[in-house]
Amino acid sequence: METITLTINDIAVEIDKGATILDAAKKIGIRIPTLCHHDDLCAAGNCRVCVVEQKGARTLQASCVVPAAEGMQIYTNSRKVREARKTVIELLLSEHAGECTSCYKSGNCELQGLAQEYLACGDAFIDISDKSPIDISSPSIIKDDSKCIRCLRCVRTCAELQGVSALWSTHKGNKTKVETFLNKPMHYVVCTNCGQCVNRCPTGALTERNYIEEVWRAIDDPEKHVVVQTAPAVRVGLGEALGMGSGGVVTGKMVSALKRLGFDSVLDTDFTADLTIMEEGTELLARLKSALQGRKSATFPMMTSCSPGWIKFIEHEFPSLLDNLSTCKSPQQMFGALAKTYYAEKIGVDPAKMVSVSVMPCTAKKFEANRPEMYSSGFKDVDYVLTTRELAHMIRQAGLNFADLEDGKFDSIMGESTGAAVIFGATGGVMEAALRTAYEIVTGREVPFKNLNIEPVRGMEGVKAAGIKVENVKDEWKFLEGAELKVAVAHGLVNARKVMQEAEKGMSPYHFVEIMACPGGCIGGGGQPIPTSPAIRLKRAEAIYEADEALPLRKSHENPEIAAIYREFLGEPLGHKSHELLHTHYTPRNRT
Amino acid sequence: MNSDEKAKRLRGLQEKVNLIFREIDCIELLERAIKEDPETIIQKIIDSGLRGRGGAGFPAGLKWKGAKEAAGGIKYVVCNADEGEPGTFKDRRILDEQTDKVITGMAICAHAVNATEGSIYLRGEYNFLLSKLSAKCNTWNTIFKDKGLVFKVGVKSGSGAYVCGEETALFESMEGKRGEPRNKPPFPVIAGYMDEPTVINNVETLAYAAMIIADGPESFKAIGTKDSMGGKVFSISGDASVKGIFELPLGMNLQEFVDLFGDDDTKAVQVGGSSGVCVPRKNFADTIIGFEGVPTGGSMMLFNSTRSMYHVLENYLEFFEEESCGQCTPCRAGCQQLLKGIEAVRSGEKPLSYIEKLRDLAQVMSVASKCGLGQSLVNPFNSITRYFREEICY
Repeated sequence: METITLTINDIAVEIDKGATILDAAKKIGIRIPTLCHHDDLCAAGNCRVCVVEQKGARTLQASCVVPAAEGMQIYTNSRKVREARKTVIELLLSEHAGECTSCYKSGNCELQGLAQEYLACGDAFIDISDKSPIDISSPSIIKDDSKCIRCLRCVRTCAELQGVSALWSTHKGNKTKVETFLNKPMHYVVCTNCGQCVNRCPTGALTERNYIEEVWRAIDDPEKHVVVQTAPAVRVGLGEALGMGSGGVVTGKMVSALKRLGFDSVLDTDFTADLTIMEEGTELLARLKSALQGRKSATFPMMTSCSPGWIKFIEHEFPSLLDNLSTCKSPQQMFGALAKTYYAEKIGVDPAKMVSVSVMPCTAKKFEANRPEMYSSGFKDVDYVLTTRELAHMIRQAGLNFADLEDGKFDSIMGESTGAAVIFGATGGVMEAALRTAYEIVTGREVPFKNLNIEPVRGMEGVKAAGIKVENVKDEWKFLEGAELKVAVAHGLVNARKVMQEAEKGMSPYHFVEIMACPGGCIGGGGQPIPTSPAIRLKRAEAIYEADEALPLRKSHENPEIAAIYREFLGEPLGHKSHELLHTHYTPRNRT
Repeated sequence: MNSDEKAKRLRGLQEKVNLIFREIDCIELLERAIKEDPETIIQKIIDSGLRGRGGAGFPAGLKWKGAKEAAGGIKYVVCNADEGEPGTFKDRRILDEQTDKVITGMAICAHAVNATEGSIYLRGEYNFLLSKLSAKCNTWNTIFKDKGLVFKVGVKSGSGAYVCGEETALFESMEGKRGEPRNKPPFPVIAGYMDEPTVINNVETLAYAAMIIADGPESFKAIGTKDSMGGKVFSISGDASVKGIFELPLGMNLQEFVDLFGDDDTKAVQVGGSSGVCVPRKNFADTIIGFEGVPTGGSMMLFNSTRSMYHVLENYLEFFEEESCGQCTPCRAGCQQLLKGIEAVRSGEKPLSYIEKLRDLAQVMSVASKCGLGQSLVNPFNSITRYFREEICY
C-alpha cells in the first residue's frame, strides 16, 4: 500500500493513500469533532463541523472528506478553525429548537455536546427552526423536524444500510428538509420502524416513541401484575447505556435492576427464543417433508420471522413472497401470548390484571406489539415495548447504581433459556440455534461443528451462505438421507433485498434463510444504545457468543421449561394450541 | 462625453475584440483543428491565457491538459449553459446566434482531450432553445462522422436550480440525481460526469477557444491585460444608459465603463452578479474589471441614487436563501441568517452592531462552505454593508 506523509499540528504522520485528514488525525490521537460523519455511512461533508486549516489553501477543508495528501500541513485548532466551528455550531443551534431541559435526547445529543465544548451560544443567531407539527403517527418513531439539523445521517442510513429510503432529503435552500414520500406521516409510508435512523440521529429529531411513563404507571398500580421479558441482545447493550463500556454481558445486573424497579415477574424472552426454535425447526422439517415426499407443495426458501422490521419490509417490498415466511410469531409475541395464558394460569393471576412489558433492542417491536394479530391471549399480548435505551433511562430515574448491582436470577416457568436462545441476538444466531436442534432431531447427533459453534453463519458479512450435509438419519427422517440443507443469513435490509430478489426470480438455492432487519442483527438494533458502530457491533456480538459458551445448556430442545410447557400446555410443536397462540399471518402492503 | 462620443468610443472598443459574434466558417475550422495534434491545440489555449468565462477564471488550457492526462475509459466535454447568475444573459444570445461556434469549440476540446461524448447542459428557463440546439447537435454529429471525429454531442435540460451551474452539482443533475455540489477533490478533470474525466467549460469559454484556434493565440493575447487576456461578453443592466450584451476587452477600469454605460448618476456597480462585489462610486477609478481586480462572469448591474442598497442586498439574499442547495450548514443556515439579520437590524429588533456579527458570519461562510455558492456570498454582503452601511441601518 502506497503511503503519504503529512503534518497535523506540526506532527508528522504517515498514512495509507486514500485516507482522509480525519483518519490521519485519529491515527496520532488528535480528535476532530464531527457531526454528519458516521462510521456506518458514506462520507457527506455536509455539516462542516470538522473543518481544518490547510496551509496555503484559501478555504478550510472538511477533514472527513478531503483525502490526506503528500506534504499537506494541517492545523486542527487554529483560531480560524475554532471560530468557523463555533459559528457552524451556532448556525446549527439556530435551526434547532433547543429544548435541552425537556428533550428526551438531552445528555446523549451530539449537538448539545459540541455546543458545550465550543461554548456556543444558543441564541447567537435568529431562530429559524422548522415549525411543522411533530409526527407522532408511528408507534415506534417520533419525528420532530424542529430539532433536525439536516446532517442527513438518517437519509443515508435508510438508503445505504436498509435500501428503504423512507426518508429523503427534499426541497432546497431554506426549505431543505428530511421528509417521507409526499411528507406523509411515518406510519403511512414504507418505513419499517427499524429505528436505525433513530440510532444515528445526532439530535432529538428522530427518537423512539417512549413508553416509560406508561410502564411506571403500571408498576405503581397495586392492582396490576406487571410481567417483563428481556430480549437476548439487551443484556449485551444495556451496560453501555449505563456507563460500563461496550461488550459486557450484564444479564444478572439487568435482572436485579428490573426487580428493583418493581416488576412483579422478571422473565426472559430467551425462553420463547428456544420455543421459536422448536416451532420454526419443526415447521422447516415439515416443509421439507412435504416437498421431498411430494404429497403437498411447500414454499422454499423458508424465511425467519423474528425481526418485525424485516416483516414490514417484505410486506411492502415483496408481498408475493409472504408464503415464504415462517408462520412463527417473533419470540416477543410468543412470550406475550403465553404470559397472559400459560403463565397467568400457572401463577394464578387474572390475565385482565396482567400488564405485559418487553425490553427490546428494537423500535419495530413497538409496532409489532400493536399489530391487530397480536391479541391471541384474548388481551393485548404485549402491552408496552421498551428499548434498551428506555430501560437504561428508567434505571437512572430510579437512582440505581447499575454497575454495583448484584447478579439476580430470572423467575421460573418462563425464565430458563439456553445458549441457542442467547445467540438470537447476533446475525446468524437464529440459524445456528435452529441447526443445532433440527440436525439433532433428524440424526440424533450434535451438529458436526467444533464446540457446537457453526462458524459459517457467524460474522458481519452481509449475506452468508452455508450447506450442511444430512447423513445417517433416524428412520422417520429417511427421506432426508444424503440431502444437503442449504441456508443463508442476511442482515441489514439492503442485504435482505439481494436475497429476496433472487427468491423473487425463483433462483434462490436455499432451503432456509435467516433475515434480520438491522446490521449485525439485534445487537445492532435500532433500540440499542447510541452510538452503535461497526466496532461496537463486533464487541456486542463477541459478548453474545461468550454468553452462549458460558451456559450449561446450549440447545433449545434441552431447555427443561420448554419440555414442561409442551408437556403441560402446548402438546406438541405445530399443535393446535401452538397454532392458536404462537403462529401468525402477514399482510401485503403497497410501496408507497 | 456626449452620446455620440460615447457611441463612437463603444464602437471602437467593440471592434478591438469582435470575436464571439464574428461569423466564421466553423466546418473549415473544425477540419483544420482536427488535423493538428492535441498537444498543439492545448498549448495554443494555454498560450492564449484564456481563463474560464463563467466567473471563476480557471485557466482553460490547464483544464484541458488535466483531462487529457487523466486516466479514464471515456471522457466527456460538457458545455455549461446553466447561465443562472442574476444579471447575466449573454450565454443565451451566444448559444442562440453562435451555436456552431460553441459546438465547434466543444469538438476541438474533444479532439484535444480525446473525449468522445459531449453535452450542452441547458438552463431550464432556456428551454425555448432546446429544439434548435438539438437539431444543431444532430447536424454536427453527422459532420463529425464525415470528418472522422469520434465525438457525439447532445443537449441536457436543467430544471431551474441556480446551484446546478456549479460544475459538480451540474454533473449530479445530468446523472438524474439531486443537484447538489460534490466534495472536491476529486476535480472534474479526474472524475466528473459519470465519475469520468470531464472538461466543463462555460458557453463563452468554448466559443473563445474556437476563435483562438481559428486566429491563433497571439491576437487573443493582444487584447486585455497581463492577468486578464482577451475579450469578455458583458451583460449590462440596471440604471444604464445603454443596456444589453457587449463584447469588450477585459482590463478596463470601472470609471471608463461607467462613463460609457452609466446614466451620470451611477452610485454603485454590482460586478459579477449577485455573488459578485458591489463597487461604490469612490472606487470606480481604482477598480479594474478583470481577474486582477473584480472578476465577472459578465453581469454588470448599475445602480443610481434612486436605489436603496438595502433592497438590493435584501433581494440578493432572498435569492440565495432559496437557491442554496441546502446541503452544508454555513450556506443553508448562513444565507437565512444574513437575510433575517439585515431585516432585524432594519426593523430595530437587533442593534446596529449585529451587522458586524453578520459580516463575520459571511467571512466564515466564505471559508467553510462546501462550494462556490456559499463561499461567494461574502462578496455582495461585505461590500454592500461596508460601503452602504447607512442605507442598511436606517
